[in-house]
Amino acid sequence: MAEELLRLGLHDLHVELGGKMVPFAGYEMAVQYPAGVMKEHLHTRAAAGLFDVSHMGQVILRPKAGMEALCLGFEALMPVDVLGVAAGRQRYGLFTNETGGILDDLMFANRGDHLFVVVNAACKHADVAHMRAHLADVAELEFIQDRALLALQGPLAEAALARIEPAVAAMRFMDVGMFGDLWVSRSGYTGEDGYEISLPMAQAEGFARRLMDMPEVLPIGLGARDSLRLEAGLCLYGHDIDTTTSPVEAGLVWAIQKARKAGGAREGGFPGAAHILKELAEGPSRRRVGLRPDGRAPMREGTALFAGDAPAGQITSGGFGPSVNAPIAMGYVPVAQAKTGTALEGDVRAKRLPVTVADMPFNPTTYKR
Amino acid sequence: MKFTKEHEWLRVEGDLVVVGITEHASEALGDVVFVELPEPETVVAAGDEISVIESVKAASDILAPVDGEIVAVNEKLVDNPGLVNEDPLGAAWFFKMKLDDLSVLDDFMDEDEYKDFIA
Repeated sequence: MAEELLRLGLHDLHVELGGKMVPFAGYEMAVQYPAGVMKEHLHTRAAAGLFDVSHMGQVILRPKAGMEALCLGFEALMPVDVLGVAAGRQRYGLFTNETGGILDDLMFANRGDHLFVVVNAACKHADVAHMRAHLADVAELEFIQDRALLALQGPLAEAALARIEPAVAAMRFMDVGMFGDLWVSRSGYTGEDGYEISLPMAQAEGFARRLMDMPEVLPIGLGARDSLRLEAGLCLYGHDIDTTTSPVEAGLVWAIQKARKAGGAREGGFPGAAHILKELAEGPSRRRVGLRPDGRAPMREGTALFAGDAPAGQITSGGFGPSVNAPIAMGYVPVAQAKTGTALEGDVRAKRLPVTVADMPFNPTTYKR
Repeated sequence: MKFTKEHEWLRVEGDLVVVGITEHASEALGDVVFVELPEPETVVAAGDEISVIESVKAASDILAPVDGEIVAVNEKLVDNPGLVNEDPLGAAWFFKMKLDDLSVLDDFMDEDEYKDFIA
């Protein structure tokens, strides 16, 4: 018997818009609207796409013993410099486990007198329990249930959102701001410039309709969200990263700031530090890489890779990239095969098809830095 | 035109049967990005997986609807898989088959029966 699916606050709006509802992370969500995945993807790259990501977990951590103690407490869960994030700024983070694997990846913002954290839907209850267990002395945790989370992404996102809140035009990539009831960050998961907007659920429908009434804005489903993030080379938790992949293997070393590395001001001190610092020093045995099938056939998640006759890892995300107009994928390969340009083969329907290690992102990112 | 439960259409053209997928199937698949066609001049049995269609969402097999020989394939689909969404009942035919006996087509659904089937 299927588990009962939860519904988003804007469920009726998605159905009214013609969303094709599918199960995702325990929710009923729109995989696409009548425009279809391809058009939705290309529209986001050309204009602006509106995504309902209210399934994600929104958490506020208020300091019990000062912001510094809160930041240091949060740092004890991640190989990330939290203390160095200035007020009004957001950073990518990841919770690690004792073996150096990844429990979840997340965004957190310093909002002056507290931290605002956004985590993946499928992990949110575990993440909240994890934070409650480890931050009890330094944080009062509020797991927000009454706010929607929308993302507006694409080159015309600024023009569209600035009609409602002009101040967002001045924000730069990873800035955060609170404009009345709107909590805005200049970020997203498509590789495009854009915003993520948290707002009270009661206002979300009117706000979404106001945006969609603008000629630039179309609603975008999960299908295009996935192809957009894949073209941008971004990891999907549970697929490209999980408890068995380390941040070093995953190519997320950029998310580990100097302060937490060997010789840094606050070296180590996070779960799995011994493993991760050793891997940073010696290099991992496998790496996440971009992959481009030489032919037109997509190589999907789970496709086994080979270097000659030798197994060479597998694909963790793969599909068709509408903007690059070709199949694209990412996966883990042994370091010996991780160099850009390395020729490998993928097992597709019992045939070995050529695939080449490629740089990511597949489509250039356009963040407003 | 006849229809299979696997959402293929079959159209008699002279002594051949032309095979494609239905509009219902093309809509359910979403944007088609890749088509792999069978080799011409191969003899196939009903139910053989002889063609692959990949959309932005997933891969699906196309089964040989009847016993027979593949005599022609639509190479246009290889270069322009999106035809399957644009014109599934016309320009986006997949392959043409030669059958020993066209009367086997009587066993398949007609248009009204197919409409009931997908309703």
